[in-house]
Amino acid sequence: MATTLADDLRPLHHPKTWIGKYVWSQDHKVIAVQYGVTAVGIGLVALVLSVLMRLQLGFPGSVPWIQPENYLQLVSMHGMIMVVYLLTALLLGGFGNYLIPLMVGARDMVFPYVNMLSYWVYLLSVIVLVAGFFVPGGATGAGWTLYPPQAITEGTPGYSWGIVSMLVSLAIFIIAFTMGGLNYVTTVLQARCKGMTLMRMPLSVWGIFTASIMGLLAFPALFVAAIMMLLDHLAGTSFFMPTLFSFGQTTDTVGGNPILFQHLFWFFGHPEVYIVALPAFGIVSDLISVHARRNIFGYRMMVWAIVIIGGLSFLVWAHHMYVSGMNPYFGFFFAISTLVIAIPTAIKVYNWLLTLWRGDIHLRVPMLFAIAFIFTFIHGGLTGLFLGNVSVDVPLSDTYFVVGHFHMVMGVSPVLVIFGAIYHWYPKMTGRMWNKTLGQMHFWFTFLGTYAIYMPMHYIGILGVPRRYFALGETAFIPDSVAIANAGITIAAIVVFLAQGLFFINMIWSLFRGPKADPNPWGAASLEWQTPDTPPVHGNWGPKLPTVYRWAYDYSVPRPERDFIPQNEPPA
Amino acid sequence: MSIFSRLSEKSWETPGNQGMADPEDYRPDAVTVGVYVYFGVATIIFTLMAAAYLVRQGMDTLMDHGIDGSDWAAMPEPLLLWINTGILAVSSLAFELARISARSGAAGRMETMTKLGGLLGLAFLVGQLILWRQFQAQGYFMAANPANAFFYLLSAAHGLHLAGGLYACGRTVGLMANGAEEARARRNVRLCAIYWHFFLVVWALLVALLVAT
Repeated sequence: MATTLADDLRPLHHPKTWIGKYVWSQDHKVIAVQYGVTAVGIGLVALVLSVLMRLQLGFPGSVPWIQPENYLQLVSMHGMIMVVYLLTALLLGGFGNYLIPLMVGARDMVFPYVNMLSYWVYLLSVIVLVAGFFVPGGATGAGWTLYPPQAITEGTPGYSWGIVSMLVSLAIFIIAFTMGGLNYVTTVLQARCKGMTLMRMPLSVWGIFTASIMGLLAFPALFVAAIMMLLDHLAGTSFFMPTLFSFGQTTDTVGGNPILFQHLFWFFGHPEVYIVALPAFGIVSDLISVHARRNIFGYRMMVWAIVIIGGLSFLVWAHHMYVSGMNPYFGFFFAISTLVIAIPTAIKVYNWLLTLWRGDIHLRVPMLFAIAFIFTFIHGGLTGLFLGNVSVDVPLSDTYFVVGHFHMVMGVSPVLVIFGAIYHWYPKMTGRMWNKTLGQMHFWFTFLGTYAIYMPMHYIGILGVPRRYFALGETAFIPDSVAIANAGITIAAIVVFLAQGLFFINMIWSLFRGPKADPNPWGAASLEWQTPDTPPVHGNWGPKLPTVYRWAYDYSVPRPERDFIPQNEPPA
Repeated sequence: MSIFSRLSEKSWETPGNQGMADPEDYRPDAVTVGVYVYFGVATIIFTLMAAAYLVRQGMDTLMDHGIDGSDWAAMPEPLLLWINTGILAVSSLAFELARISARSGAAGRMETMTKLGGLLGLAFLVGQLILWRQFQAQGYFMAANPANAFFYLLSAAHGLHLAGGLYACGRTVGLMANGAEEARARRNVRLCAIYWHFFLVVWALLVALLVAT
């Protein structure tokens, strides 16, 4: 459809009813908010699950109904919801939908109807997932990795119906993502306005675009794995299920290969880390540049690094499987490829720091979150170098060191960027400003709190404390101080959990009572801030599409009236 | 301009857009690009399933039972499999003729060939269902052997893609019938043809995999 690139507004199907405008909407901005609200809603469920887990670990027995099988269900649902249903959906479905058409100068996504369908199918996947809590036997307790044979074998919590709900939900989610991903990629390729060359796109768009391509190529692996495991479970096939002796009986399955599932899972699972990270890299680059009033350092290198990281991330999946019995040569290959990916990643980190260097840094709330991201990402990235080496990974595997590492690098880091991005674009989305004090309080509780949670985990991991355990019991190599650390982590987790209330109170209060926002309160050069209306209306650009004349990072220019040049301002 | 020269543009040095063409003048339409992007997704889906097929087939799976060898027992290749493959090839040929007609402006032949291609596609799907029933009547159930399971899985995935293609074909025929959007109908015929060729190649590779193993 050429409507996204045309000045003619008629084909945009302007809705006439409230339901058409806010429910069955084809407007990318409304769909973005729908994705965002649903993802944050289900993310809050996962947050509550994590607090329950922490209560059990910090103060064993404090929640009497949490039994070992419930604990495993909490772990599994928390992990899958956070990675797939919150982070992926929010960064691509939420920010991708909102930012791509506005940043590339299009009226909407190229397939608005498919875009709408994508959200509703996503919502269906969330409903099917949540249904897993209520089916006989409860949700799956197989861990977020859902490894067979244990995931579908008697004795594992939720082995009968909970796992079915999870696998069906994942398959539905992937269908939804494919519809969304096709839209994001095609919109970037086809609907950029005049003058918006690929290398004039803001890095947020580059991150989301590359992550969308990766998602389109990586999620099929999870889709295939989920369908095959469903067939093993429901149709009696033996794709992954070997012969087992279970409860004194031999199962009917013969010869399946559980490691095959692991390969399929991690062929999705590792790119998934970057599907979450790359949009965050892009967004944080834009936040840093705008709030430090500096052009992004090494823009071209930043684009290439995003693309190279995306490509390399498909060559490292088996570093998650060092302990599954791997040929040492494979282990060597995957260790090397894992270390190689650190090079473009380090380039990005240096470029963020060099953008800040001698910048006119404004420590506004979005900038605080952006700088905090650099801390947590460096921290999580460095511990990733430990785990990328086979000989170091083997003793640390399945300990709390791994939990600390991946929460820092792909839990806390993208979440900090998400918070920063919401604070940054909220004035454009709603036309209102936040309360700064509440925002700063939210930041400090969250940033310091996450360190209080995850730093001690690295230490107890090095001591060898295993993850996924309901209780440690009396274990010779685990000192008593671990119990103190666990109690401290739990208290920090509860504080951080409660501090998120500040964010929601601020968001809702500001929506109605916040001061009116200037159309471009941060003085940003990229196109989304140059819309004729704030918040932008359906069609985004009024009667005439914008024309772009420059890149998105012309800051600190020596001009009396303002220190930046918008992308759509013609050269003098 | 090649992708490499696009990605090496020093955009901070070159403000302005003199000499830049209007994007509408040179970019292919979005639906065409969307279909090509989806081919990437479909390629990954079938490649991964084929990889899983080869891994599972090559396993020494009876080792646990103290027997050398594998539990893999290849499926037979009945005549119907080849007939169905032939029907799909002719269906693809009909779509190609429709595409050539669309290009030369022969609207009548384009419509006839599109309908013929669609009907043959439908015949292929019906033929595949009959093939499934034949296999089941002979005891080749899904759970009986991993080779059977893979056959059903791969043919179902391929069939679902063709069913999606038939839906698009039906909408294209509808467009031609109402005659209002001729350019869009021609574009859709071209895309149907490309889609059919792609899934003919996928099916040919799947059959080659089944026959070779």
